[in-house]
Amino acid sequence: MKVLVPVKRVIDYNVKVRVKADGSGVDLANVKMSMNPFDEIAVEEAIRIKERGEAEEIIVISIGVKQAQETLRTALAMGADRAILIEAADDVHTDIEPLAVAKLLKAVVEAEGPGIVLCGKQAIDNDMNATGQMLSALLGWSQAAFASELKLEGDSAVVTREVDGGLQTIKVKMPAIVTVDLRLNEPRYASLPNIMKAKKKPLEEKTAADYGVDVSPRLTIVKTTEPAGRKAGVKVGSVDELIQKLKDEAGVI
Amino acid sequence: MAVLLLGEVTDGQLSVDATAKALTAAKMLGDVTVLCAGAKAADAAAEAAKLDGVKKVLCAEDASLGHRLAEPTAALIASLAGDYSHIVAPATTDAKNVLPRVAALLDVMVISDVSGVVDADTFERPIYAGNAIQTVKSSDAKKVVSIRTSTFDPAGQGGSASVETIGAAANPGLSEWVEDKVAASDRPELTSAGIVVSGGRGVGSQADFALIEKLADKLGAAVGASRAAVDSGYAPNDWQVGQTGKVVAPQLYVAIGISGAIQHLAGMKDSKVIVAINKDEEAPIFQVADYGLVADLFAAVPELTDKL
Repeated sequence: MKVLVPVKRVIDYNVKVRVKADGSGVDLANVKMSMNPFDEIAVEEAIRIKERGEAEEIIVISIGVKQAQETLRTALAMGADRAILIEAADDVHTDIEPLAVAKLLKAVVEAEGPGIVLCGKQAIDNDMNATGQMLSALLGWSQAAFASELKLEGDSAVVTREVDGGLQTIKVKMPAIVTVDLRLNEPRYASLPNIMKAKKKPLEEKTAADYGVDVSPRLTIVKTTEPAGRKAGVKVGSVDELIQKLKDEAGVI
Repeated sequence: MAVLLLGEVTDGQLSVDATAKALTAAKMLGDVTVLCAGAKAADAAAEAAKLDGVKKVLCAEDASLGHRLAEPTAALIASLAGDYSHIVAPATTDAKNVLPRVAALLDVMVISDVSGVVDADTFERPIYAGNAIQTVKSSDAKKVVSIRTSTFDPAGQGGSASVETIGAAANPGLSEWVEDKVAASDRPELTSAGIVVSGGRGVGSQADFALIEKLADKLGAAVGASRAAVDSGYAPNDWQVGQTGKVVAPQLYVAIGISGAIQHLAGMKDSKVIVAINKDEEAPIFQVADYGLVADLFAAVPELTDKL
């Protein structure tokens, strides 16, 4: 079985986001970029599936700017076998919408024939939380979103999902789309020898046009602004003072 | 304009708070029909009919809809979509599971976690963990929109909409429900609670999280946790407040032993009053707190619980 893992190049988790003064977006020039943290969890899960002998090959794919090659090399260094880059934008500020990404992924799935696609549940830049579900719809495959546990059992997968009230376990038919949540696993770090080896692993370069997919956006970005700020309040000296303020000043208890 | 609002139905019961908040946003877009779907949904439909501003309720009862599995639920919504300009749902985990699937079936983009309605095509939504607010205008013929409930007030009661029973769509039969593990609790639900008491990494252990729970129970509050506390195993994931957890906006939010990472602030900074208790006076949480207490939580929290 092949496992397909889409990975996205996003602003690093620890970088402070700056909104551009002209309202045109978030400044991504000369900012540290990394693999979307949820996608790292998906790559890790794919590697564990392969290590258990349940898969033979892990293909990672990224859709976006040329620089996403670095993200793919990171996934290869973690343990993926080969990579596909679909160049769909020139400017690092262009975000390809989940619907277009899902259409490109559908074409890749049809060409590669994976038994499972593991996606991060959301990208930490647009916070859309949509690509996996959309891909599942386009393929007519089963869908298990927000996985915190995944077991493959022949022609089905048993997935425990993080839902509002707690956990839900479902059994889905393979092939399946699974989107992964934080607690599924702890991703490994790539070792230096593996980083060196990853440079020699195959990385195929394609364009959106190769798949005949129109990636033009359905949503026009009108403006991007800073959220309303919140001012720091006062420090209180004691528990008694805190209770007094909450009762008399704020009136919330 | 006609709007189809997916009511939040769990085990046959309507989550009135989430549905009523999404209804407030939906009403800005046109006449609202609420869809209640489930193995049992009649009680939920009757509740939805009483919400102020609902024109009509559709009640779909079928075993395939029992656990809000994405495939049959999305198939049902897509089959109804022809009559509506907008398909709207509260941004719960159920809707986040189902709505993007609906959007893809209709070949439109989903607009997730909307925090403001500008007009029928234009919406505001937080991106980058709430560090930026993006205004987007959709060129799609139909809009599929999930609503961030913490930014809308709930619609009131007093409606008397008619309820129409409809059938389910064909079940694609791709997945089946196995079990739910839902923590039984007498505490209020996290996203609708008036007071939330949250603990972070500073609490130090699962056993010491009892301090947080005791204070919460004294205040009649829901219990929350930072991602760090969840990752460390101190608290279950469904308590997580933040970018990847729940977004809350209670009257009072008490952050205990939480440093205030941007991912956590994304989930609580719209709270009316924020209290922070942390021994590190440089902790970023104090920059958003209305009342800060620099103290050892193991002394301050029991004292607070006693004196309230």
